[in-house]
Amino acid sequence: MSQTDLRRVDGNALGGVLGDLFAADLTLATTTCAGCRAQAPLATIHVYLDAPGAVARCPGCNAVLLRVVRHETRAWLDLTGIKVLEIPLGPA
Amino acid sequence: MVGTVDETPAVRTLQLVVPGWPGHRPGQHLDVRLTAPDGYRAQRSYSIATPADGERLDLGVERLDGGEVSPYLNGELRAGDQLELRGPIGGYFVWDPALGGGEPVLLIGGGSGVVPLMAMARARRLAGSNVPMRWLSSSRTLADVVYRAEVEQLAAAGDGFEVFQALSRDAPPDWAGHRGRIDEARLTEVAWPPEAGGRTFICGPTTFVEAMARALLKLGHDPARIKTERFGGTGAP
Repeated sequence: MSQTDLRRVDGNALGGVLGDLFAADLTLATTTCAGCRAQAPLATIHVYLDAPGAVARCPGCNAVLLRVVRHETRAWLDLTGIKVLEIPLGPA
Repeated sequence: MVGTVDETPAVRTLQLVVPGWPGHRPGQHLDVRLTAPDGYRAQRSYSIATPADGERLDLGVERLDGGEVSPYLNGELRAGDQLELRGPIGGYFVWDPALGGGEPVLLIGGGSGVVPLMAMARARRLAGSNVPMRWLSSSRTLADVVYRAEVEQLAAAGDGFEVFQALSRDAPPDWAGHRGRIDEARLTEVAWPPEAGGRTFICGPTTFVEAMARALLKLGHDPARIKTERFGGTGAP
């Protein structure tokens, strides 16, 4: 068990900050990694909260999927590492 | 905050009344934000331990030595004090009795990872549900077992709720539960057979959650039926 393992949480922890930015609950979305194409529920991707913002990495290849920094009046969201975000919508 | 209950030496229930709370589903969490007099802010996520009940909800907070937020919440905060909350959060790690048409459920909690699982068990009881539900928790010692009396009561009702406890570090001589870490042999005994089509929820420290999930996959369980919530490296059970 490394220090990196001890710092890791998962995408459930992104629900709050992403909930401020999106109308849908993105913890229910499925991510496709732009690097290795692995698909994973966003709730299960690896997340590190001890950076100035949150950094999410692919459970398959460890590439950065998402970075988000939130200040009082502004947020920065980098989704470069996610090729596709599949978002379930509620019943019509 | 309207009151507190000390569940174990390290885990405290915070009883909250939240004006305008929209309700939540069992398993969801919320964010607590603290602001110091100098404007410094810190925010942490905590699981909700109770099913939806108007503006009332309970949080379970484990005190982490050296932590920025938990020693205040589980220590200095008094009834009548105000907190800034954001939630409910997360639709992934959620179970309620209407879900899944009676499929059996296995709840696995490491240490204070049992908090969101308790909301599920309480929701089952509140609904009068007979969905087969098994509770497997791992704690360091007997004194560290969160909600011990209440889950024993739920099991005593004889309506399909079963409890399995493991003590990883130190167990009394007359301890009838599991001793040591939960291993594959123990999971084989406690988990529903893979073909039963059950749902599993695992919450706890990251290494615990990943070890349990890995073992279940090895035993042939469907990864799509295992939901996990990791809370990092502290408080390993």
